[in-house]
Amino acid sequence: MARTGRRGVAVAGGTLALALTLAACGGADDLGGGGGGGGNDGETSAGGGTDCAAFEEYGTFEGESVTLFTSIREVEADQMQDSFEEFTECTGIEVVHNGSGEFEQQVVVQAEGGNAPDLAAFPQPGLLQRMVRDGYVLAAPDAVEANVDEGWTEDWKSYGTVDGEFYASPMLSSVKSFVWYSPTAFEENGYEVPETWDELMTLTEQIAADQGSETVKPWCAGIESGGATGWPATDWIEDLVLRTGGGDVYDQWVTHEIPFNAPEVTEAVDLAGAILKDDNYVNGGIGDSRSIATTSFNDGGLPILDGECFLHRQASFYEAQWPEGTDVSPEGEAFAFPLPGMTADDRPLLVAGEFVGAFNDREATQAVQTFMSSAEWANTRVEIGGVTSANLGVDPELATSDVLRQAIELFQDESATVRFDGSDLMPSEVGAGAFWTGMVDWINGADTDTVLTQIDAAWPAG
Amino acid sequence: MITVDFFLYSKFGQMILAVVAFLVVVAVLLLLARVADRIAGRSRTWWMVLLFGGPALALLGVGLIYPAIRTTLMSFMDRSSDEWVGLANYEWVFTNPDSLQSFINTFFWVALVPTVATGVGLLYAIIIDQSRFEKVAKTLLFLPMAISFVGAGIIWKFVYEYRGAAQEQIGLLNAIITTLGFEPVRFLQDAPWNTFFLIAVMIWIQAGFAMVLLSAAIKAIPADIVEAARLDGVGAWQMFRNITVPSIRPTLVVVVTTITIATLKIFDIPRTMTGARFDTQVLANMMYDQSFTFGNAGTGSALAVVIFVLVIPIVVFNIRQMIKNREVRGA
Repeated sequence: MARTGRRGVAVAGGTLALALTLAACGGADDLGGGGGGGGNDGETSAGGGTDCAAFEEYGTFEGESVTLFTSIREVEADQMQDSFEEFTECTGIEVVHNGSGEFEQQVVVQAEGGNAPDLAAFPQPGLLQRMVRDGYVLAAPDAVEANVDEGWTEDWKSYGTVDGEFYASPMLSSVKSFVWYSPTAFEENGYEVPETWDELMTLTEQIAADQGSETVKPWCAGIESGGATGWPATDWIEDLVLRTGGGDVYDQWVTHEIPFNAPEVTEAVDLAGAILKDDNYVNGGIGDSRSIATTSFNDGGLPILDGECFLHRQASFYEAQWPEGTDVSPEGEAFAFPLPGMTADDRPLLVAGEFVGAFNDREATQAVQTFMSSAEWANTRVEIGGVTSANLGVDPELATSDVLRQAIELFQDESATVRFDGSDLMPSEVGAGAFWTGMVDWINGADTDTVLTQIDAAWPAG
Repeated sequence: MITVDFFLYSKFGQMILAVVAFLVVVAVLLLLARVADRIAGRSRTWWMVLLFGGPALALLGVGLIYPAIRTTLMSFMDRSSDEWVGLANYEWVFTNPDSLQSFINTFFWVALVPTVATGVGLLYAIIIDQSRFEKVAKTLLFLPMAISFVGAGIIWKFVYEYRGAAQEQIGLLNAIITTLGFEPVRFLQDAPWNTFFLIAVMIWIQAGFAMVLLSAAIKAIPADIVEAARLDGVGAWQMFRNITVPSIRPTLVVVVTTITIATLKIFDIPRTMTGARFDTQVLANMMYDQSFTFGNAGTGSALAVVIFVLVIPIVVFNIRQMIKNREVRGA
């Protein structure tokens, strides 16, 4: 699921690439020269004018390289590489980034085959746990843990922790609890951004009454995503369990302390169903409720631009899906508001992100790992564009769009209940299997109880 | 300065490395062949076999025999291949509802794709044989063969695209159906029919393959036999039944068995078109999900073994046919 998000973000980066290229022109001239000449005298590099003082703590290395394996590709992969430019220049460590669309499968194959990368960024804490328990990922060095204690909340640290020991530092993050809408359409019709779940449902009814027709509906949605079909629907459920049950019920649900079909979960699913399974409320511009199952998540929200729907619940990375030239801003054709909670004060946040773990304890590996857990790296990467980080040291002003800035501000609101994408935390038979399949069946017509009982039965024993 | 990293990590460096490696291998083989040529006497045949068969056997061992044995062993072990669990994985394979669905679907795939694709290919080959447009007609049917399964899946997903009755249809088939005044059809969503619409895509790809091979076989039927039959006043049907089919039988068997084996392994089309949801699961996709997505090496291996066992009789039949034909030709 995070992988699918990556693809989205990559496109977002594309639109920013030009601006970046122009901005970056001043900096990096001598990439190759640094390694040969300036091995011993650290202070400042001769040619590029980079101030290396900030990188002194990492030490200097001669011609060493560190491989980093992630699920990031294309434009965003280039941006990733760019974020290490100064680090490489000052420390001499070349970071070799390698992104794959089949990361989740490949990282296991590589580790088992004795061919593991130095570092890997896991989009799923569940997968990280598996690799830790199989003995491949090493505990994080003290410097990394210190950085994480300083820059991230307890919640974020806990996702990189297995059996009480800390293994992987959070890297980038995205906000999943967003509803995309068109500020212009809202303005024209006098609709207000809702503050509570009840207001959201009232707005839904109002839109259906004002605009509703065979082709125009309040909401649009799409959950088709190839082999990962179903994940956007699991996000809906997770968001609602978090809203009706709160953080505690959510945690018990994700760890199977309460059954998958517990009454609290059933209630949340039915609440989502009140929108997703009502033909009067979905699926604008595409068809009835069942058409959600065959509409790709990339296209899901686009009818907003044609006025065929008004609301679309999707993560911050959906920004990349709007066609080129779309005005994405608080007064433009598309923007996002946080999915409301049950009360105006309660606004839980569903988030996702990657976690960097190391497969060996070489000094160079540890230096890169430490750098990636620092606020400096987070700021550098956010400034390059297209992504956000939940590192508390990130300056929201560095964000490259209004939506990303809003996401960073939400991350830094310490009063919010924040929870990680549940399907990424569950065992993969459920999180990437029965839960996805079950949601597809549910959208396709199966009733809530049957589907939840089925998913519960798929939970591995022990 | 060119460094080791250049060869290992840059695309261009890797390409140079690959070309050099290829040339080295060819040079070594040629050198060995020359050495073998010099060897005289009775041991010569053995040396030759060892020299040319050896590398192939070694690769077969590393790439096929060893993995096959290991997969079989893993199918009797738990999800991380640590402990023996007996037949538990096989029990799961033959009782899990999703797995049973994949058996049923795979059966339909294997029953329909080879027969229909070969049938279409054969009819087409006979109809266009000797016609003026033969080359163009052949090219047309053969083109899909050049498209990858994933590509074909995406193309057909557009053809099958569904929109509600009130919306503007963007899928070709539903656009036609609604123009004719019928309700749009959910091609990929309604089981069990969706499996058959996926099967149609595979037939579309494989018919060209069947047609090219069968057309070549038809052209190889000796002209005197055909002429003799004509003089005897044989009709079209009898010509087909008594002359064409028996003459191209070996090719027919090869075509049908090859397509059958490919169909048993079908994976890409359900994965790209429906994500194997809506009851369109097939064995190979299930195996991939279990092994790599869910990290269950036990059930994944058990499924792999099941597919392997299903392929064996087809391969045996194929080989027996080939031996039989050789005997006939020899006599």
